[in-house]
Amino acid sequence: MTTSTSVAVAPGGDQPASAPRQTARRSPWLDFAARRFGGLVGTFAVLVVLSFLIVQLIPGDPAVALAGSDATTTEIELLRTRLGLDLPLWQQFLNFVTNLLQGDLGTSFQYNQPVATIIGNRLPFTAYIALVGIVVVLVVAIPLGMFIGVQTRGGRKRWLDTLFGAITGFLDSVPGYVMATIMVILFALGIGLLPLFPPAYSVRVGSAAFILPIAALVIGPICTISRVVRRETGVVLENDYIRTARGWRLSTVVLYLKYALPNLLTTTLTLSGLILSGMLGGALIIESVFALPGLGTGIIKAILDRDFPVIQGMVLVLGMIAALVNLLVDILLGLIDSRTLGAQHD
Amino acid sequence: MTKNPVRRFNWTPGLIVGIVLLGAMALVGIIAPFLLSDSANALGDRSLPPSAEHLLGTDQSGHDMFARSLVATRLTLMMTLGATAIAVLIGIVIGTSVWLLPRRGREISLRVIDTMVAFPGLLLALVVAAILGAGAIPAVIAIGFAGIPTFARLTANLAAQVSQREYVSTARLLGVGDRRIVTDHMLPNMAEPLFVLAASNFAQSLTAISALSFVGLGVQSPQYDYGKLLNEALPSLLAGRPEQTVGPAVLIVITGLAAMLLGDGLAAAADPRAGRRTASLGIRRSATGAAASSASVSGDAMVVVDNLVISTTAGKPLVKGISFHINRGEIVGIVGESGSGKSLTAMSVARLLPEGLDATANSMGLDNLDLLGRVDPKVLAQTLSLIYQDPGSTFNPALKMGTQLTEVLRTHRGQSRSVARKTILEALRRVRMTLPEKRMGQHPHELSGGMRQRAMIAAAMATSPSLIIADEPTTALDVTVQAEILREIKRLNRDFSTAVMFISHDIGVVKALCDRVLVMNGGEIVEEIDAKLLTVENATHPYTKALLAATPSVTERLAELPVLDWRTAAAEQAATAKEEEVAR
Repeated sequence: MTTSTSVAVAPGGDQPASAPRQTARRSPWLDFAARRFGGLVGTFAVLVVLSFLIVQLIPGDPAVALAGSDATTTEIELLRTRLGLDLPLWQQFLNFVTNLLQGDLGTSFQYNQPVATIIGNRLPFTAYIALVGIVVVLVVAIPLGMFIGVQTRGGRKRWLDTLFGAITGFLDSVPGYVMATIMVILFALGIGLLPLFPPAYSVRVGSAAFILPIAALVIGPICTISRVVRRETGVVLENDYIRTARGWRLSTVVLYLKYALPNLLTTTLTLSGLILSGMLGGALIIESVFALPGLGTGIIKAILDRDFPVIQGMVLVLGMIAALVNLLVDILLGLIDSRTLGAQHD
Repeated sequence: MTKNPVRRFNWTPGLIVGIVLLGAMALVGIIAPFLLSDSANALGDRSLPPSAEHLLGTDQSGHDMFARSLVATRLTLMMTLGATAIAVLIGIVIGTSVWLLPRRGREISLRVIDTMVAFPGLLLALVVAAILGAGAIPAVIAIGFAGIPTFARLTANLAAQVSQREYVSTARLLGVGDRRIVTDHMLPNMAEPLFVLAASNFAQSLTAISALSFVGLGVQSPQYDYGKLLNEALPSLLAGRPEQTVGPAVLIVITGLAAMLLGDGLAAAADPRAGRRTASLGIRRSATGAAASSASVSGDAMVVVDNLVISTTAGKPLVKGISFHINRGEIVGIVGESGSGKSLTAMSVARLLPEGLDATANSMGLDNLDLLGRVDPKVLAQTLSLIYQDPGSTFNPALKMGTQLTEVLRTHRGQSRSVARKTILEALRRVRMTLPEKRMGQHPHELSGGMRQRAMIAAAMATSPSLIIADEPTTALDVTVQAEILREIKRLNRDFSTAVMFISHDIGVVKALCDRVLVMNGGEIVEEIDAKLLTVENATHPYTKALLAATPSVTERLAELPVLDWRTAAAEQAATAKEEEVAR
């Protein structure tokens, strides 16, 4: 994570830096695409194994656990044959993978419905609040952090620095689901403020129901990332190339937006990539507060119901979404600074 | 050098508040179950609003919420501690043992850990919860496991830093076994940052465990922790009675905040850079110099500096009232060791002093510009160009060379992109840059140090400035490149009669390049001498003599280089001068 900034330390002599030269003929994007596609396939393979193992790792006999405590021996054996749990492990895995590649995620124990349909119904809710949340976080946190960083550079306006640190530090330590509760109290029940938004999702209220969940989701990450941006702004502004740009007597706007921002974004996105993909986890929990019928409430209900086909399918889908969010962050990074395309993730 | 640099522990207010809060929560966790268990489990009237008897009201079963919230502290803290212990211990074992693997194995392991770190921890926790079912112990294991990859990765990063230190390689050479290296050499040196990381892991575990209980996958009835209480309060919240959520919500926030303050406070306390910052004020006109300011600009002088004083805002003097001038077309060298104030002097002429310094002068002029007053950036950018010491960091890594090199021409001369490009290409050819068109499209990291410095010189000459300030332009380059860069500067001076202020600690280079030399030491100009006369015999100040005597030349053998104690000589000389004065 942090070491990736040391990618291009140039040698002192007249020898050109060797690494970028070798790939200079080919577009770095091509290598990047090939490598990341390989990475996605790898992640998918790991997720397949992981979701397959969920049933296998259940302590004791999975068939006994799945059938429930009051099942008879015949019921257990029936279930065992139906799920193929009596087959050798490799054959079970092969069946699992074959079905998966045919787009068959199995059938829910609970609803007797294809898992793919259940996921298809729930996915839009989670994807919507997580993706809109990520965009909101970036759009708010980066200008905010940069503004504070520029204002407080070199120890100016210490009061602003302290105030900013205290407010973001406090809000940062409020978990998303507690923030959601507070949002409901303030804006849905209208205690102290107006009841502007519905407290829970229903088809009738439509898109207004998404405002409070997204707000609850983004406040914590905004605080974390704007703190990172503030600190990075301070670091970037102390760099030699900023002095060079000052030496060229450029205007403040050009200096900050053209010379500081791109360098700021590289470190910021590298550091906050994890926070952004972690927002997916936050979204899963926050759905519960607002009764949103997304993947979060879905997987939690499935775990409580021990509805394993649904759990397996959702782990697979959520894992792939997380991998795609990471990829998206890296593509953004590459657009800003092509050096990061060649960077290994270590 | 006399005193060991003992790092002062920095007791920030945040750290103190964090320790106090966390201590108070631990105390509540220990005491509350003994005192309040009875009232927490007693059934009274259901769903009461807050009153003197029930400070936070009662829940839908009739339990007192105040007592219940406090009693829940113990289970919450114990579960959080358990999860943190799993993440920290297994994380440290994995993170350090990865470092003992052979190179190939280490790379693969790190890649696997990285993939897991990128996977949201909560999703991993849900997988574990799915396998083990809902419950307090599964929740602890789930959150503990979810925290392992991050902790392993951070430990591996720390181990990477520590294992490159000399004492570890020394121990390796001495044949100390791998396990001993980890336990005796690496872990003790990683203890401090690991503790900081553990504190932040505690804060995250608290939130995550409460989250699992909150959605019903953690603690099950009749047990309860903060998350479970919040879960039970949700129906009444949606029914319009938010009082029931107050207790657990406030306690989650307080405990999380305390752990975070502790972690941040410890990190800040360990950071030697903390609390060092001060504001800069720019160069002010000294009170005495106001009247004399214009009088001193005379004749051929292109740069005039009169009584420049630079000090830290704390009052430590760095440049102690120096005055000098540079004539048109003249190359003036400023030599001196690091810390003698030569770069600060140059940067104050360029109006680029770093933050945290206080500077005054009687007068400072460049061409027709009064550097102490308001200066039009358009004019300044075209009058003065700079070449910096380290070509590795002077260009912006995110922008193409062409964009940066043409910046001044486009911004201040209003040239179009193509015209500016042509001007720069011509300048690049003049400094004998290979493949100039290609260089324009490249990023700085694709050029070597020598090529970047040449590009810097090309950009510097493109505006035909009256003065170029070169601050140790060849220090970071190897000798052959150095000679070429110096030749470029000389040619620039000869062809366009550009004045050059050349900063260096290499008196040999200065002697070869410059017309006149200022020798600086301890923030003062101790000697001003014609470069042609710069020999041990002609120099008057002992420091200059020492500097010259210590410069090796090809005719001398290294063993014959004298180590001159110039300070004693300077003291003697000063004493003689004083005696003479007294005698007069």
